[in-house]
Amino acid sequence: MFTGFDFDVIQRTLPYLWQGMLTTLWLTLLAMVGGIVLGTLLALMRLSSIKAISVPAGIYVNLLRATPLILVIFWFYFLVPIAIKHISGDSYAQGIGPFHSALIAFTLFEAAYYCEIIRAGIQSVPAGQVHAGYALGLTYPQATRLVVLPQAFRNMVPILLTQGIILFQDTSLVYVVGLTDFMGAASKVAQRDGRLVEMYLFAAVIYFILCFLASYVVKRLQLRITPPR
Amino acid sequence: MAMIEFKNVSKWYGSFQVLKDCTTQVEKGEVIVVCGPSGSGKSTLIKCVNGLEPFQAGSLIVNGQSVGDKTTNLPQLRAKIGMVFQNFELFPHMNVTANLNLAQVKVLGRGVEEATEKSRALLTRVGLIDHAQKFPGQLSGGQQQRVAIARALAMDPIAMLFDEPTSALDPEMINEVLDVMVELAHEGMTMMCVTHEMGFARKVAHRVIFMDRGEIVEDATKDDFFGTPRSERAQQFLSKILHH
Repeated sequence: MFTGFDFDVIQRTLPYLWQGMLTTLWLTLLAMVGGIVLGTLLALMRLSSIKAISVPAGIYVNLLRATPLILVIFWFYFLVPIAIKHISGDSYAQGIGPFHSALIAFTLFEAAYYCEIIRAGIQSVPAGQVHAGYALGLTYPQATRLVVLPQAFRNMVPILLTQGIILFQDTSLVYVVGLTDFMGAASKVAQRDGRLVEMYLFAAVIYFILCFLASYVVKRLQLRITPPR
Repeated sequence: MAMIEFKNVSKWYGSFQVLKDCTTQVEKGEVIVVCGPSGSGKSTLIKCVNGLEPFQAGSLIVNGQSVGDKTTNLPQLRAKIGMVFQNFELFPHMNVTANLNLAQVKVLGRGVEEATEKSRALLTRVGLIDHAQKFPGQLSGGQQQRVAIARALAMDPIAMLFDEPTSALDPEMINEVLDVMVELAHEGMTMMCVTHEMGFARKVAHRVIFMDRGEIVEDATKDDFFGTPRSERAQQFLSKILHH
């Protein structure tokens, strides 16, 4: 069935593909951590009773959620160098490179999605818990950090990880700024050696295996961390 | 000067008035029971004391500080007033000792060792020292509520607020919680308790406040209240809850 195909190409280019996979994994991990930190801040802002704080956060989140990811990646890659040149006044100033610009784009984009997940998580903690914290003399930041967020994150871990899996798949879009992630590496080998079917098939299988395993782990985790109440 | 002093406190949710001109006071060492039909504003009234419920009119002085005043440091005031909730509200992600230690360390600035020592003494007192390392979800309702009382006491409060502390409990667990409260009352703790436990009121209350539709209808000594309540509404309420 596979006559005429050359799967040996995978073995020959394995180190190169591994480099690409490392880029993919780093980008996913860093954007996820950054997105969750920024998303938590945005969620707390959106839940603020002060309009001057909640409204800007709301606008940011809705704007980013209404924008295609690929556009955000583009913007950062092409606009940031222009902005740097403009601000520094140095017309020879360089951009920050495809990896960093992609990382910032993913962090900002994911933060909008994480914000909504975390906001729901915070709201899932009963108001009585906050009152109990206040009644003991905790301040708002203390009650948030010590009482609300630990419970909220525990409820949210599965959804946050699921969003991380989606992010892992989405990182394949970085080919548009010439960054060689796993998908990019597979694609380049495919074009160079004329082995399109083999390489794209291989990439699909790898993405499937990793995402499937991760989903399975999340599902197991979900069963284990449901807290006793 | 009274420890807690309400003067014409009123509160609205939108156009609906939940507290109407409430005036009363609690002296140091007094045990006050607040009762009344559901929705009469009892819980709202005691949640005003530590500023968990804001109010719009009147004044409320607690330990010499005005609760409604924007310059009052509420966390500092709350740290001195213990509160026990209907649904216990223990922190489910921390074990019993950590629940008791948290505010001692974070609010009072005690060292972990000192806090733990205090926590263990209080857990012994409420009979739960064997459960010090368990999580709230592993305890019965009565046990959780006793932990909650110990958690409030760990702050060395000058007064305690109880918001229907036995209403969420199975009948056989009510007494273990009431016993702890009776002991506290006998020790001279200033207490304000929203409760339907009239046996508890008879045993330890100095005064009973009866509320209906946001108003303090009756504010009488225990003997007067159970002997000859002046208002018809209080009489009706008593006949309903005592004749079972």
